[in-house]
Amino acid sequence: MWDYLKLIALGAVAVLAAYAATLARDLPYLVNAIEVALVAGVAFVWILFAMGKRTPAPANEYMDGVVRAGVIATAGWGIVGFLVGATIAFQLAFPSLNYEWAQGILNFGRLRPLHTSAVIFAFGGNALIMSSFYIVQRTCATRLWGGNLGWFVFWGWQVMILLAASSYVLGGTQGKEYAETVWYIDIWIAVVWVAYLVVYMGTLLKRKEPHIYVANWFILSMIITIAMLHIVNNLAVPVSFFGSVSVQLMGGVQDAMTQWWYGHNAVGFFLTAGFLGMMYYFVPKQAERPIYSYKLSIVHFWALIFLYIWAGPHHLHYTALPDWASTLGMVFSIMLWMPSWGGMINGLMTLSGAWDKLRTDPVIRMMVVSVGFYGMSTFEGPMMSIKAVNSLSHYTDWTIGHVHSGALGWNGMITFGALYFLTPKLWARERLYSLTLVSWHFWLATIGIVLYASSMWVTGIMEGLMWREVDANGFLVNAFSDTVAAKFPMYVVRATGGTLFLTGALIMCYNLWATVAKQPRKAAAAVNAVPAE
Amino acid sequence: MGILEKHGVIERNATLLLVSSLLVVTVGGIVEIAPLFYLENTIEKVEGVRPYTPLEITGRQIYIREGCYNCHSQMIRPMRDEVQRYGHYSLAAESMYDHPFQWGSKRTGPDLARVGGRYSDEWQVGHLTNPQSVVPESVMPKYGFLLNATIDATYIEDRLKTEALVGVPYTAEMIAAAQADFVAQVDPNADSSGLLARYPKAQVRNFDGQPELTEMDALVAYLQVLGTMVDFSTFQPVASR
Repeated sequence: MWDYLKLIALGAVAVLAAYAATLARDLPYLVNAIEVALVAGVAFVWILFAMGKRTPAPANEYMDGVVRAGVIATAGWGIVGFLVGATIAFQLAFPSLNYEWAQGILNFGRLRPLHTSAVIFAFGGNALIMSSFYIVQRTCATRLWGGNLGWFVFWGWQVMILLAASSYVLGGTQGKEYAETVWYIDIWIAVVWVAYLVVYMGTLLKRKEPHIYVANWFILSMIITIAMLHIVNNLAVPVSFFGSVSVQLMGGVQDAMTQWWYGHNAVGFFLTAGFLGMMYYFVPKQAERPIYSYKLSIVHFWALIFLYIWAGPHHLHYTALPDWASTLGMVFSIMLWMPSWGGMINGLMTLSGAWDKLRTDPVIRMMVVSVGFYGMSTFEGPMMSIKAVNSLSHYTDWTIGHVHSGALGWNGMITFGALYFLTPKLWARERLYSLTLVSWHFWLATIGIVLYASSMWVTGIMEGLMWREVDANGFLVNAFSDTVAAKFPMYVVRATGGTLFLTGALIMCYNLWATVAKQPRKAAAAVNAVPAE
Repeated sequence: MGILEKHGVIERNATLLLVSSLLVVTVGGIVEIAPLFYLENTIEKVEGVRPYTPLEITGRQIYIREGCYNCHSQMIRPMRDEVQRYGHYSLAAESMYDHPFQWGSKRTGPDLARVGGRYSDEWQVGHLTNPQSVVPESVMPKYGFLLNATIDATYIEDRLKTEALVGVPYTAEMIAAAQADFVAQVDPNADSSGLLARYPKAQVRNFDGQPELTEMDALVAYLQVLGTMVDFSTFQPVASR
């Protein structure tokens, strides 16, 4: 019965999407409509052939298939995101890489949203969904709630990535940073995200452990907050049901404030709270030590989520946003330093009594460096939110460097650590294929980040100073183009750093593949749902 | 540590955890966003800001589509060097009809908030076609394909209607005349009195120098109006802002 309903729905979607494609007003809409029709068609055939053949899943086992798929998706999208990032870094150094034959499709302006969305939402999003599904099952000692709804979340997210990526290169965008997806993709994101919340909440509610483990606090608050931010920031009226263009409900200064309330908390919740949830599970597991301080985790959790949401206006210092709002943003950003470092201390001090593992275990080394970068960028952030500093750093490459020390260092490294932790467990292998390759990955990534961040500090501060330099008569010394020319060597260094980081990730993919393909399977141990906290 | 022991209640109740964390994260947004809608000094009262013409708003959509905001800001801060380099600092009123705003966050290229009227149309077309031919140091991509992309006014009415729906003051007359205004702005020989009455000081000419109406026309028309609307002779800064 349920299968028939799915078939009817998918068939209807396929037909309607194909029909919408014939009425499409613009290229991104046309291509997206065809993609939706194809995806719905494939899902239709899949369900049709699987009907009646399915055996009910054993309720006492963890649902790890979706986590395995998530591991593959995380690694794969990571490579895509880093590759596009390295590409656009080289485009900034060598503009002839914006090929004329590609008719704008591969220009920096279209590839940059592809890069940011690929790393944040495809790589980061899959990392969050995958690891949270793993964590919530282990810490609740129960199978993922909702049957195949977990698979719906996984595939729904991949479809979103496909639609978004193809629409970006064809020119479909809302023109809001990190919220570029057009209106119908926004609606789809909301649907998948609510399903994610339902699966997660359902699993928490049927847990066999009396306490909800701290990792789940962070992940749950991330899910609900991202839902709120996404919906409010993307309120828009489509110009037509058959086109990708929409008009934002809010405009000007209100839209700017809403956008950075969203934008900064995409960092604060998606890339911080969610990844702190990962830290709170994987660091203690890999170090085989308990979390350093339970009380600290309570205090820093509530302080972090309360303070983060205020920090958005620091992106709008000295703009047409009223002063009171940007001052509030600055004050809360500085306060945010404390709960951020609370999290860092809790993560790092978890290693007390196990510091020797840093010598022998490159995976724990990766996680520790990740938490270190978290601490560094959460100090840099509050510093840059101070108006006097921001007057120099805003609009410069310094901001880009700051973002990348957080994204590559913190989000990247903790995800790599999680992937190295999960792969042998999920595929029941004794150990990773090669710890030497993990070490190679570690050093390539670390050197890559250091090159990236330091070159961006240099160009950022340099261009900020060059822009404001005046001579004795009060005239500007540098033309804008002088600053562009001066940045060239550092742009090459940055692109090199990004390439090193990408190389490390490629080594990781080989290592993970070889772990599954070349390592002997572990003697069959029961993977029953037992508390793993 | 009495209060921390009470935390156990939240740790045992998932619904309570969900609801209380949602409540905690709503506070900041409400305090910072909501007042912007009713505090009267949020947007300055100035003369001259009008909705974009049908051609300009089409150009603006191309600006967004090509991701220009990734490298160009449209927000001049009130610092000595910025005012000297780019002109009067930006006012909130100047972007009040921008849905979405395009203030940007990065200056890989210069600010464009007041680029209107700074360069000739020929310079803009030449620069967009091959930026390095005009500015050798530039790292900007080439946008020559805009010269070959012809456009028409088929869907412009829908666009203006939607803009009106979210509060941009497009009148019924403007919407009715949208298709005609779209074409009239690039035709220096046509009667543009209606267009100019609806959109004061709109610039009427063949922007890209080609007989066809192209995306280049629309984009240059948009660039040429940026920052030119406000009459600064009547502007009084308010200290309370």
